[in-house]
Amino acid sequence: MHTRFSEEDIAFRDEVRAFLKKAWLDNTELQAKVGALSTMREGMIEWQKALNAQGWIAPNWPVEHGGTGWSVTQSFIWDSERALAGAPSVMPFGLIMVAPVIIAYGNDAQKAKFLPRILASEDWWCQGYSEPGAGSDLASLKTKAELDGDDYVINGSKIWTTYAQYADWIFCLVRTDNSGRKQEGITFLLIDMKSPGVTVRPIETIDGFHHLNEVFFDNVRVPVENRIGEEGKGWTYAKSLLVHERLSIAEVADSKRGLAEVRELARQEVNGGQPLLNDPLFAKRLTDTEIELMALEYTELRALAAIAEGKEPGPESSLLKLQGTEVQQAVQELRMDAAGYYSQTLQGDLGPDQLGHAFADYAQKQYFRGRASSIYGGSNEVQKNITAKYVLGL
Amino acid sequence: MDFNLSEEQALIRDSIERFVAENYEFDKRNATVAMEHGFSSAHWQQFAELGWLSIPFAEEHGGFGGGHVDTMVIMHEFGKGLVAEPYLPTVILFGGLLQAGGSQALQADLLPQLIGGQLQGAFAYLERQSRYALSDISTRAVKEGNDWVLNGEKTVVLNAGAAQKIIVAARASGEQTDEAGITLFMVDAGDSGIDATYYRMTDGQEAANLRLTDVKAEAVIGAAGEGFGLMQQVIGDAILAVAANALGAMEALNAQTLEYCKTREQFGVAIGSFQALQHRMVDMFQACENQRSLLFRAVCAADAQSDDAQRSLHALKVMTGKAGRHIGGEAIQLHGGMGMTDELSVGFYVKRLMIINTLFGDMDYHQQKFIDLVNRPPAEAGASARPEAA
Repeated sequence: MHTRFSEEDIAFRDEVRAFLKKAWLDNTELQAKVGALSTMREGMIEWQKALNAQGWIAPNWPVEHGGTGWSVTQSFIWDSERALAGAPSVMPFGLIMVAPVIIAYGNDAQKAKFLPRILASEDWWCQGYSEPGAGSDLASLKTKAELDGDDYVINGSKIWTTYAQYADWIFCLVRTDNSGRKQEGITFLLIDMKSPGVTVRPIETIDGFHHLNEVFFDNVRVPVENRIGEEGKGWTYAKSLLVHERLSIAEVADSKRGLAEVRELARQEVNGGQPLLNDPLFAKRLTDTEIELMALEYTELRALAAIAEGKEPGPESSLLKLQGTEVQQAVQELRMDAAGYYSQTLQGDLGPDQLGHAFADYAQKQYFRGRASSIYGGSNEVQKNITAKYVLGL
Repeated sequence: MDFNLSEEQALIRDSIERFVAENYEFDKRNATVAMEHGFSSAHWQQFAELGWLSIPFAEEHGGFGGGHVDTMVIMHEFGKGLVAEPYLPTVILFGGLLQAGGSQALQADLLPQLIGGQLQGAFAYLERQSRYALSDISTRAVKEGNDWVLNGEKTVVLNAGAAQKIIVAARASGEQTDEAGITLFMVDAGDSGIDATYYRMTDGQEAANLRLTDVKAEAVIGAAGEGFGLMQQVIGDAILAVAANALGAMEALNAQTLEYCKTREQFGVAIGSFQALQHRMVDMFQACENQRSLLFRAVCAADAQSDDAQRSLHALKVMTGKAGRHIGGEAIQLHGGMGMTDELSVGFYVKRLMIINTLFGDMDYHQQKFIDLVNRPPAEAGASARPEAA
């Protein structure tokens, strides 16, 4: 048992740092693009293309499809250094969520068609799982797909669809059969968002942004060749995907950076002539979170090491999702509290000099946006149910 | 990066597991704890024969030359079985100090005896007023000719009753809470100047308060006046050891509680079918995994002597206290009335966890140390936030 870096690891870390400096830290134009909502899509595509040119866009893929073949230590180094540099992760829908399913269950034509375009960020993907009547109880979904010649005809709607307004493709769970258990009769389809009959309705959220949508399907024709695997097996495929999704949701490296930022902010904020950081109650809460994050970091490394030995990431990934999102929310709360009463102001177009505070608006928006993390990817209560059933055997 | 045990470590684990299965069933454990000094000397001889007492010591003195992972494996298994033999006071604390600061002659004399199972030891570092502050020492050491003479009182000395030799922390110079001036002395437990008051800890192990009147030290451990660093180093190792012990106890409590909830029926169904209880058991499982992760982290950081070692050690001790109290409290609650009785081992495990929380500083003490460490200004902190090792 050890966690030492080898000489190769240290050489790799230096290579990562050099890349991040050139592609991100020195590229302030790109940082500005990614940071502003109006240019986020363009900025993210540019960033992902830079990662692809470096060959580092898909660490979680098998090497033959464009993965990096990194060791657990190398993945850890990449993610830690990326987060420390403040560089974004990738948009997960194509690279992390649908690609593993296409690789595992898709046919050769589908792999050839979709995987290179995902690597090159030529398609923007979104996820069509939840429905107005199917949230935590995902398997009760009703969006209907009926076979008509060589096409499925889709009718229904999907909700909470992140960045559907930008998407070229959506991967969907649809119902092809109502006769058996609700988990049966679900089929996994890839749908072109430009198909006639697809409409997107924006949903404004409590953080003041537009990232969520409702997607409607009105007699949308989808060729059978866009079906992944067998009809009626979609639930099985999706479940294996959810494990990957939950691992990626933990966002440990980003929480580490967020916590370090909060510590610096609390050093600068003054409370009764003293840095907020010296307030014993604030320091207690900050370090409660830090200690939990230190544990989580190793829980994740243990899971990754198990995967590297050829074991599948199991139901334990539920715990990573659960605790990862709890820590994210704790960091967001601390950041908001550090901003004091300014955290409840709306900055709008005012500059920090006019408002009187530099990070309050961001802190407040992050707090509200972050409430979603314990709801999406299977609510945290559902994760506890899963852990109770599959890990504890209850 | 590798979280697997070596073949040798797996063998040690398996042999302790067998020992626990054969000797530590509930009634047998109660009989062992009721013995003089709270443990079985026959078991201790078995430990010696199986080589367990040799693990942390250098090969030149007949040791195995093991590291922190080896000690972790042993203490973890002992924790699962709630083993009563004094491995912590004799091997980790007394033996650890002897190895870190004893003269070559003293090591050559005493370590083979310890490894052979003939020598029991203890470490007297606490005092009535000290709470968790290691440097708060009023016991005085005065040089008279070539001898050091000790006067004062040490409290809650684990294994003092069975020990033939005791290492005592005393003040050779400086003010009562100064780190400088603390010196460690070897004394003979049979010295006529030692007046001992014996009592039991809540988990059955024996401890004592020792009043020292003109006790002549047999040897100085480490350099005179520089005992504090030595204490800190060995207590750091001891924190890793007790945290591993706590992990074993938490696993045992979680397993028992889970089993109970699967079999205990109320309202016509197993109580484990209730979601309110299921979620609480998931929280217990999660607390245990958090503690395991920090244990691995702190052990690997200590072995690698990384920049993260001290921070990880404090974090581990905080989590050990928190998780221990959480799991202990829930285990009693979920066992209902049965959790309140001495007819199950639940209460004994909980008591062990509560003792471990108070050993070497409780969760609040270590969180304050953690805060002091991480809140230093970045320039002063020195250590880079960038990972040099995972």
